Amino acid sequence: MLRFIVGRAMQSLVCFVVVSCLVFYAARLTGDPTVLLLSEMASKEDAARLRAHLGLDKPILVQYGLFLKQAIRGDLGESTRLHRPVLAVLAARFPASLQLGSVAFIITLLIALPIGVYSAAKRGTVLDNAGRVFAVLGQSLPLFWLGLILMLVFAVWLGLLPAAGRGTAANFILPAVTMGWATTPAVMRLTRSAMLEVLESEYVKMARIKGLPEWKVIWKHALKNALLPVVTFSVLLFAEMIAGAIVTETVFAWPGVGQLLISSVYYRDFPMVQGTVLLLSALFILGNLTVDVLYAYLDPRIRYGR
Amino acid sequence: MNDASPTLPIFQVSQFGARLRVIPTLPAAVLLALCLLGFLAPLIAPHSPMQGSLGEKLRPPAWVTGGQWAYPLGTDLLGRDILSRLLYGARTSLAVAAVAVVVAGTLGTILGLLSGYFGGVVDAIIMRFTDIALSLPLILVAIVLAAAIGTSFGNVILVIVLLLWPRYARQVRGETLSIKERDFVALARIANCSHFRIIWRHIFPSVLPTLLVLVTLQAGYIVLLESTLSFLGVGIPPSTPAWGLMISEGRTVMDSAWWVVLWPGLAILLMVLSGNLLGDWLRDRLDPTLKQV
Repeated sequence: MLRFIVGRAMQSLVCFVVVSCLVFYAARLTGDPTVLLLSEMASKEDAARLRAHLGLDKPILVQYGLFLKQAIRGDLGESTRLHRPVLAVLAARFPASLQLGSVAFIITLLIALPIGVYSAAKRGTVLDNAGRVFAVLGQSLPLFWLGLILMLVFAVWLGLLPAAGRGTAANFILPAVTMGWATTPAVMRLTRSAMLEVLESEYVKMARIKGLPEWKVIWKHALKNALLPVVTFSVLLFAEMIAGAIVTETVFAWPGVGQLLISSVYYRDFPMVQGTVLLLSALFILGNLTVDVLYAYLDPRIRYGR
Repeated sequence: MNDASPTLPIFQVSQFGARLRVIPTLPAAVLLALCLLGFLAPLIAPHSPMQGSLGEKLRPPAWVTGGQWAYPLGTDLLGRDILSRLLYGARTSLAVAAVAVVVAGTLGTILGLLSGYFGGVVDAIIMRFTDIALSLPLILVAIVLAAAIGTSFGNVILVIVLLLWPRYARQVRGETLSIKERDFVALARIANCSHFRIIWRHIFPSVLPTLLVLVTLQAGYIVLLESTLSFLGVGIPPSTPAWGLMISEGRTVMDSAWWVVLWPGLAILLMVLSGNLLGDWLRDRLDPTLKQV
């Protein structure tokens, strides 16, 4: 187990190094910062002095080391648009993203689990097929478009719900449904197949032979075991959730990290983009690592060989 | 392909399910039609996709009051014909998907074949790379690239290729591992075939069905990804006729002009849905062991 964790952690580390190199290198692609910072009157000597001051005259590897050192200390630079430290802006925005993400996740589970279980229990019925059609449809819908259409129908035409902003509970409905939509079909499919597998097992047959009512067999005995892969997989949806958050927050002008990222790209606020991407990547990689380790702990087959 | 013979009861779900399974002729037809429309766009598009007349801006679809049959699906904010832009947009989506699949598929297949065939150190190195590539947060990579060097076709394709190749490599490696144990490969080896010949002439053809399934299953996903990146402003460069961009440009006027946002979204849905249905069906047909991830 320890060997697995160490190996997997090394892989995560390499992953983070790759991402941070990319972010660092991309910053260099945007051009020489001294050109932007100095006036046209500045002499060559001034430019050289500024380069030395910013550390731009050092070898690229040393520069990368400094960049990492600063990033780990929490110094991600200053936003060129908001003129505030990147970390402070991120800290202010993060709770909004976390809230929306949690609500969306709960919605996913509330929709996907019952339908998935029901589909498996009543396999082959009209409802099962409807559920599967819904899943295929769900995976084919562009999320951003769904968000806009929901907004058009419920906010603009019917005037039932607010279109944008954050504050009341009603503000959560449209964005959370949109974001939850991204992950619902996958969880639903997985629940269905996990339940189908469990329903075939001996102990479920035993429970039926004992004369337990069918609802108890399905919702208590079978679901308990089917939940394990579903829950672990749900956490694995982290990547989808980050992408979903970026899209949803952009559509609904939700004041979170995702919307911040896209607007920073728009305004060419590179330090902000850099900091946000570093933070989200670190979260993403850590999340993946946690799930993998958890999975290996629960299922020894993963630990030994692939 | 013995396992595809008609005597084998492949679909035994239910009658309704069985009827559902017949539908793939429809998705196939839709996909083919979309490809044709995209391919023939310069010939059949009624207007230029780039040039509009501001006098005709935000005209509704023809059947709504104020609409004209000259612009069947209406016009956008710059007075450009939406139908023409949709047709050219199909082209953009298909071109991106085709290039990305060919590059990622070739790269992934070669690496997967090498990895599975030679095993040992080669396998260890290649698989380490695939593991890392699989766990990169690629939407973020796309955003950084777009912020640093601007948007371009090349960037979109690069990002999608980075995302896709490890999936091909993994799948092909798995297949190769089992195929290389089969008798015909052993015979080829006894017949003193070169490694290259064994891989290319004996193993690769057996991997093809899996590849085909993977390509179809992912085509829809690529179109979805490309349109999402474009919508976010980190994909296809602005003013190009692309479905995701059309929606992004149209959202500011959405509350008065729904058609600007509705049609491109439906187009994406149609293409992705038919791709996914076709892929699911092909998978069941050619390779029932391949589980969708």
